[in-house]
Amino acid sequence: MGLMPDDLIVLALAIPLFTAAGVFLASSWPNLREGITLLGSVLLFFTVIALLPDVLAGERPSLQLAEILPGLNISFTIEPLGMLFATVAATLWPINSLYSFGYMRGNNEGNQTRFYLFFAIALSSVMGIAFAGNLITLFVFYELITLSTYPLVTHAGHAKARDAGRIYLGLLISTSIGLLLPAIIWVWYLTGTTDFVAGGILKDHINGPLLTLLAVMFIFGIGKAAVMPVHKWLPAAMVAPTPVSALLHAVAVVKAGVFSVVKVIAYIFGLEILKDAPGIDWLLGAACFTVVVASIVALQQDNLKRRLAYSTIGQLSYVVMGALILAPLSMVGAALHIVVHAFGKITLFFAAGAIYTASKKAEVSQLNGIAKRMPSTMAAFSIGALSMIALPPVAGFLSKWYLLLGASQEQQYMAMAVIVLSTLLTAGYFVPIIYAAYLKDEDAVQKRDHGEAPLLMVIALSFTACATVLLFFFPELPLALAQAVGVVTP
Amino acid sequence: MIIEHLPALQVVLPLLAAPICFLIPNNRLAGLFSVLVTWVAFVISIALVMATQDGNELHYSFGGWEPPWGIEYTIDTLNSYVLLIVSGIAAVVFPYSMTSIKKEIPQSHHRLFFTSMLLCFAGLLGMTTTGDAFNLFVLLEISSLSSYTLISLGRDRRALTASFQYLIMGTIGATFILIGVGLLYALTGTLNMADLAMRISSIGESRTLQAAFTFLLVGFGLKLAMFPLHLWLPNAYAYAPSAVSAFIGATATKVAIYALLRFLFTIFGVEFSFEAMQVHWLLMPLAVMSIMFASIVAVFQDGIKKLLAYSSVAQIGYMLLGISLANATGLTATLLHLFNHALMKGGLFLILGAIAYTISSTRIDDVRGLGKAMPLTMAAFVVGALSLIGVPLTVGFISKWYLILATLEKGYWPLTVIILISSLIAVVYMWRVIEKAYFHPRPEGSPTASEAPMSLLLPAWLLISANVYFGINTDLSIGLASSAASMLMGGPN
Repeated sequence: MGLMPDDLIVLALAIPLFTAAGVFLASSWPNLREGITLLGSVLLFFTVIALLPDVLAGERPSLQLAEILPGLNISFTIEPLGMLFATVAATLWPINSLYSFGYMRGNNEGNQTRFYLFFAIALSSVMGIAFAGNLITLFVFYELITLSTYPLVTHAGHAKARDAGRIYLGLLISTSIGLLLPAIIWVWYLTGTTDFVAGGILKDHINGPLLTLLAVMFIFGIGKAAVMPVHKWLPAAMVAPTPVSALLHAVAVVKAGVFSVVKVIAYIFGLEILKDAPGIDWLLGAACFTVVVASIVALQQDNLKRRLAYSTIGQLSYVVMGALILAPLSMVGAALHIVVHAFGKITLFFAAGAIYTASKKAEVSQLNGIAKRMPSTMAAFSIGALSMIALPPVAGFLSKWYLLLGASQEQQYMAMAVIVLSTLLTAGYFVPIIYAAYLKDEDAVQKRDHGEAPLLMVIALSFTACATVLLFFFPELPLALAQAVGVVTP
Repeated sequence: MIIEHLPALQVVLPLLAAPICFLIPNNRLAGLFSVLVTWVAFVISIALVMATQDGNELHYSFGGWEPPWGIEYTIDTLNSYVLLIVSGIAAVVFPYSMTSIKKEIPQSHHRLFFTSMLLCFAGLLGMTTTGDAFNLFVLLEISSLSSYTLISLGRDRRALTASFQYLIMGTIGATFILIGVGLLYALTGTLNMADLAMRISSIGESRTLQAAFTFLLVGFGLKLAMFPLHLWLPNAYAYAPSAVSAFIGATATKVAIYALLRFLFTIFGVEFSFEAMQVHWLLMPLAVMSIMFASIVAVFQDGIKKLLAYSSVAQIGYMLLGISLANATGLTATLLHLFNHALMKGGLFLILGAIAYTISSTRIDDVRGLGKAMPLTMAAFVVGALSLIGVPLTVGFISKWYLILATLEKGYWPLTVIILISSLIAVVYMWRVIEKAYFHPRPEGSPTASEAPMSLLLPAWLLISANVYFGINTDLSIGLASSAASMLMGGPN
């Protein structure tokens, strides 16, 4: 086939959109509709994979769609970090689709067409943000993700879901328009461009406290990264059906946030000039604070999904921390963490959704002895939890290793202490669940006869669990891409 | 050559068509006739834009009386741009109105409606084209009187009080303008704009000149709904028939802004307006207040039309803010927003018309569940809302970008913050509607709603897609706006 990388970029954006259109047209035939979703997700996977060899070989395929204003383009450039993010999202979409079919049918959810429709649109936006060649393109797709996931968050449609949707939209839109957009305009005003250039574009344009202010505007303006105090939307969004929480809030939305943070630090600021910004350590401190506090809050949550949500907030700030340590090695760690956390967390969410579908249990305290009834699900859950704690031989270990290496290289002892402390805290909120599930006896009162969740869901969660383990043994591909990110940020 | 006569034809054609339209016995034919007129006028305005593209000016002396004695029509880059906006909106709204008035205006008034619309259209085009200060007043009255009639045609009885309120306020405004023009005539002995500009620049300090300036500023302030002179606008927009809200909302205030620009920049000159009179220190706080207050008031409205009307007051604030920055970028932002705001408000009001046509209401509580019942209509509303908020890839973003750039160039960053805050408030008030439409079920016992007819949807979608098209392809709007802005900043010649 004579497909050029340019065409592949267009395809990667268009396939999910066509899928959305197909889903809309096939709304009266559920099997056909689900078939279209699956087909679209598989096609997207192959499209993204087809881009990999070029990017690994050091090429940077790019494409300009439109020039809005002089120096302000909608354009795409694929660099290793974006490739990494796109690959993760495109790999997990088909699996998540399988899981969704099981979940949505198993729980008799309404409005399923709307669900698959916006899911596909969200995926298109994820591709857009991953391949964005400049800040303005990134911003467009960033907002599109917010808007297209809003109907997914409020899917249930009841008052609680609408309230959650309002918090979700309110926080994400107000931070992005209130802080991120002015930061972008400021960058354009200073440099006349918003292109992502390896090593940054702000050198010689800005320094001193203003530079720190700009960094603060970016870090908190990208509300999807959920650095405290801009994290409230994430637990609120957990009212969404579990497949949404799984793909969008463990992978697409939150990762779009931290991905943007890493991208801005690596390709707009550049590590060098940030090192001289006064008070930049406080920003790192904010990320460290988030890691620790989110873990402590997670300890107190009884609702399983809320516990996972707070765990996500903490894990996201690892990535922000990795970027803000400002060492190439910690950059590699940050990029890797986007991948390994995605696989680990999606496994955990899948398991939580499977438990809910099979037993209607959503609280941690109800899970005593559940491993006997749902052995595969709990095995996968344990693997995901180990990855969060970062024990070998699970993928979570890899990224933390690089984060620690980077931190020690830069002598950021605070960051190192936080990583160690939060590892203990993570163990603190996951190990009791595993303990209860395997070793405690089922409560007599809550006895309810059930077995495993629908087969499709079990297949999906087993797959991601296996992938989490395999990533530890075969990390070559993500590592190669992550190291390429580290290399371009001298 | 026909091109020489186009400046006159642009105005005379709809003006003559109005009485003919009234004489056509058949309502439908009268409607079709008026649509045809607007389309021809649109073509003429395109020809005029093309003729003035490279900085040319077209002059037309009525009856062969040379200026400064006769009435002269002058077309330059600025007013050909405004003509394009006005006639473009008319070309979309007139066909739309043929369907929309069926449910809003009794059969017997249809011809009156089309006649008044044509008169209003002619008046607005004339205000934009004329090079004569007194003629501008006359045409302003033509457009105003016909718009009072149009507003009073609204189905709601409150349309009558709204129209009366507008009549009183509008007449006060027009009187102020007349006094201003009279003072200028007393001072200089001429009414021709170019001539006025030349003579005023040679007059030194003069109390009469300052008084004329003030009268004109307040008069146009009333017509363009500058805070706190905006009180007539929300009711007028809210109770008028939908096609009228769309047409007047998208064009009338724009033309008033144009007239203000003409007086501030061309006739009085940048030096007098901004250095001697320091007008920007008056405009800026008023602009900020309209942006903030009107946005906040919009959040608490129960009717969507009133909500959009208050949002219009806020948007007019943006335009005034651009003027008050007194630099080329700010002026470009103002001119761009004339174009862009016409597209977004025109589109949104047309959508509201489609909603009103279907469910006979535009209250926020009544649009519950319409997301499912009228997917195409509500999807257009969402796109229009995004444009109003200023999301990238829509025209709203382009305007805000230029406005923010202008504030940064001046170093007035608190203004940047205000623009961003008001964008956020826009999210709040537009989202109230969207949430009701998509995430609430249809209220019990409400009539079943289905998609609006194509004859309403098509024009609405045309304007809404223009919001996206000109949000991506900005060559036309920015090209015209920036060349008009540089012409204004460059002084009278």
